[in-house]
Amino acid sequence: MRIVCPYCGERGNEEFTYQGDASPTRPDPAGADAMQKFAEYVYLRDNPRGPQRELWYHAAGCHSWLVVTRNTISHEITHVQFARDVANGATPATEVGR
Amino acid sequence: MKYSALSLVYEALRGNADWKPAWRDAQPKAEYDVIIVGGGGHGLATAHYLAKEHGLSNVAVLEKGWIGSGNAGRNTTIIRSNYLLTPNIQFYEWSMKLWEGLESDLNYNVMVSQRGVVNLYHSDAQRDAFARRGNAMRLNGVDAELLDRAQIRAMLPFLDYDNARFPIHGALLQRRGGTARHDAVVWGYARAADRRGVDIIQNCEVTGLVIRNGRIAGVETTRGNIRAAKVGVAVAGNTSRLAAMAGLRMPIEAHVIQAFVTEGVKPAIDCVLTFGAGHFYISQSDKGGLVFGGDLDGYNTYAQRGNLPTVEDIIEGGVALWPGLGRLRVLRHWGGLLDMTMDGTPIIDRTPIDGLYLNGGWCYGGFKATPASGWCFAHSIARGEPHALNAAFRLDRFAAGRVIDEKGQGAQPNLH
Repeated sequence: MRIVCPYCGERGNEEFTYQGDASPTRPDPAGADAMQKFAEYVYLRDNPRGPQRELWYHAAGCHSWLVVTRNTISHEITHVQFARDVANGATPATEVGR
Repeated sequence: MKYSALSLVYEALRGNADWKPAWRDAQPKAEYDVIIVGGGGHGLATAHYLAKEHGLSNVAVLEKGWIGSGNAGRNTTIIRSNYLLTPNIQFYEWSMKLWEGLESDLNYNVMVSQRGVVNLYHSDAQRDAFARRGNAMRLNGVDAELLDRAQIRAMLPFLDYDNARFPIHGALLQRRGGTARHDAVVWGYARAADRRGVDIIQNCEVTGLVIRNGRIAGVETTRGNIRAAKVGVAVAGNTSRLAAMAGLRMPIEAHVIQAFVTEGVKPAIDCVLTFGAGHFYISQSDKGGLVFGGDLDGYNTYAQRGNLPTVEDIIEGGVALWPGLGRLRVLRHWGGLLDMTMDGTPIIDRTPIDGLYLNGGWCYGGFKATPASGWCFAHSIARGEPHALNAAFRLDRFAAGRVIDEKGQGAQPNLH
């Protein structure tokens, strides 16, 4: 499996550290049901069989956090974005050349 | 037919003409008392103990492929009960006791070999941690011995004791641990369950759960709908997919772990050995191949195959430990799917759907658990409440703050 880092280019997955599903968002700690929301946020996963948006950290490269769209059946990677761009809503996902 | 030395001689004299299939190729009926989804070791063991211990024989085991074609056929066959935390020690020790009596219980040779499990330590701190684990085991009535460097060197003289970075200081040994023949475990449980009237239905994939007013009513399958008041799910690797059919989200991620077997060689190692400085473990099969593995790949996947960096990492660990391994060729290499839970401990429990029971989250340690998993799951299904041995393996333990985190890693499944 190789990941195309938007900064460093195509690299083997041994350069990256995996952090899991990118879709959960941190609940409001002041919310009325914060206890339940946090338990779900920390412990429950969709664990999809198919495309998943997930976080990878380029530890042996540019130290960027990336949002990678990868198929959990085929390991095919279709999109890679900087996580900061996703957080800022800045750029649309760049499709990986196929 | 009950297997015996006499039946073996009789069949040999008749040219093996009269052996019957070990289990029937059952067709699905319209309704059962209990349906078990998943014809692996755990599902078949559950069916066996439902019939044997609880008198429930109107039971079907549904398997999407052929029995034992999933993780039951993809593991490295190790059995042990060398845990640190009491719920795990007691559960896996019960499994070890069932292993010790399994062949007479099933009338089937599952090749249990108590050749010993050796965990090496490489520093003073690791020795202290292993001494603590050994003491925890002994307090729970499990055998454990702490060996020093001279003792382990006498047992395994061919390892690299003077590795500059990770010298071997000693080992924790569980002599009752060892290996069993994974396929035979599946076949033995299948045959024993079949003989008590359980229907084993292969090539029958569950595509949906029938739920009415919060109660399970049956399952939808590729071979039609089947009614049942109780359904037990034992599909580790795919638990999240089955749970999603009931609208449940699981504290589970699917991961892959890779395993390897070398060309067959003469007897080289007579125990199960683990490296304490990397993640690497090895034993020798009765055919002579060295069976080994290490870390999981670390990312979510349903692919049943891994990537090369993990292969390299595992083999580096192996050669650092045992330099002679570098002369062998790897013959086969494969991947199996893991239900990695958020605390590294399994789940055997009821679900919020009445009559729907869950057995999963086995991480990378499901094979050794097979007998106790089936035994406890059968109890939970038959009585509607967990046995004391699986009372801690609750689905709601995460939100309740009662996690059983053997490795102390927190909710990061790829680190357990």
